[in-house]
Amino acid sequence: MKFAVIVFPGSNCDLDMYHAVKDELGEEAEYVWHDSKDLSSYDGILLPGGFSYGDYLRCGAIAQFSGVMDEVRKAAEAGKPVLGICNGFQILTEAGLLPGVLLRNKNLKFMCRTVGLKVENNNTLFTNEYEQGEEIQIPIAHGEGNYYCDDATYDHLKENNQIVFTYADDFNGSRNNIAGIINERGNVLGMMPHPERAVSELIGGKDGLALFRSIVKQWRESHVSHA
Amino acid sequence: MKKVKVYVTLRESVLDPQGSAVMGSLHKMGYGEVADVRIGKYLELVIEDSERDVDSLVNELCHRLLANTVIEDYRYEIEEVVSQ
Repeated sequence: MKFAVIVFPGSNCDLDMYHAVKDELGEEAEYVWHDSKDLSSYDGILLPGGFSYGDYLRCGAIAQFSGVMDEVRKAAEAGKPVLGICNGFQILTEAGLLPGVLLRNKNLKFMCRTVGLKVENNNTLFTNEYEQGEEIQIPIAHGEGNYYCDDATYDHLKENNQIVFTYADDFNGSRNNIAGIINERGNVLGMMPHPERAVSELIGGKDGLALFRSIVKQWRESHVSHA
Repeated sequence: MKKVKVYVTLRESVLDPQGSAVMGSLHKMGYGEVADVRIGKYLELVIEDSERDVDSLVNELCHRLLANTVIEDYRYEIEEVVSQ
């Protein structure tokens, strides 16, 4: 399976993402610059964390109009897995590919630590290798991770099982502790925590690796029939 | 040419932790009469005259980029720029 790691000016988790896919997962990965006009050769799209365009105006606001974003939309429409982590999640909400928005943490602090996450929905292409309700340990590193949406949007997310991860404890003010959500179709996931930084015991844990394994497993199953 | 002053503010329903922190500081300084502080953004655009209606243009700019209407409201003022 071949992944594109999209690199925006100001991305800084692109190397972690590449390392997770290439070295720990053992799949193909390539860096793709933000003005690329063609993502058709990739099977999965990864939007890494960082501070694209310096977080100017709002996090992800300027990146949503990068040249590559039309291609990311096309990939999402084609049903390919699209994963946005941290700033990647912020970009996906600004681009309208996921609902809601990420606000400043309620205590105004940039927070960098490992937190407990509950798998709220393991019936997705990103989480099938986890147990339903399993608690995993994943690092966070964000100043704007306070997920906000209105009541109608929240009800809709809840009804459709689109809330994929919640925090075990409230530390940033996110609505109902939401840490990660998926689109209705189930192929676009955004999350603030960093599974790509939890792929080896050497760096403190590997609870994030199952997320990447899930994507590959699903992809293999849906492509084996064509072999 | 026109100068457009755009004010982007958080919606009333959205908590403003920055505003709360500033209000707390003002209270500590002894200004207890400050009942609320909301922090927003101020943008100045200079727009060349064209066939496009400037109101519809500014609304489009605000909706597409300058404000995120999930959490923010905006208003604007238009001034004529006198050519020199």
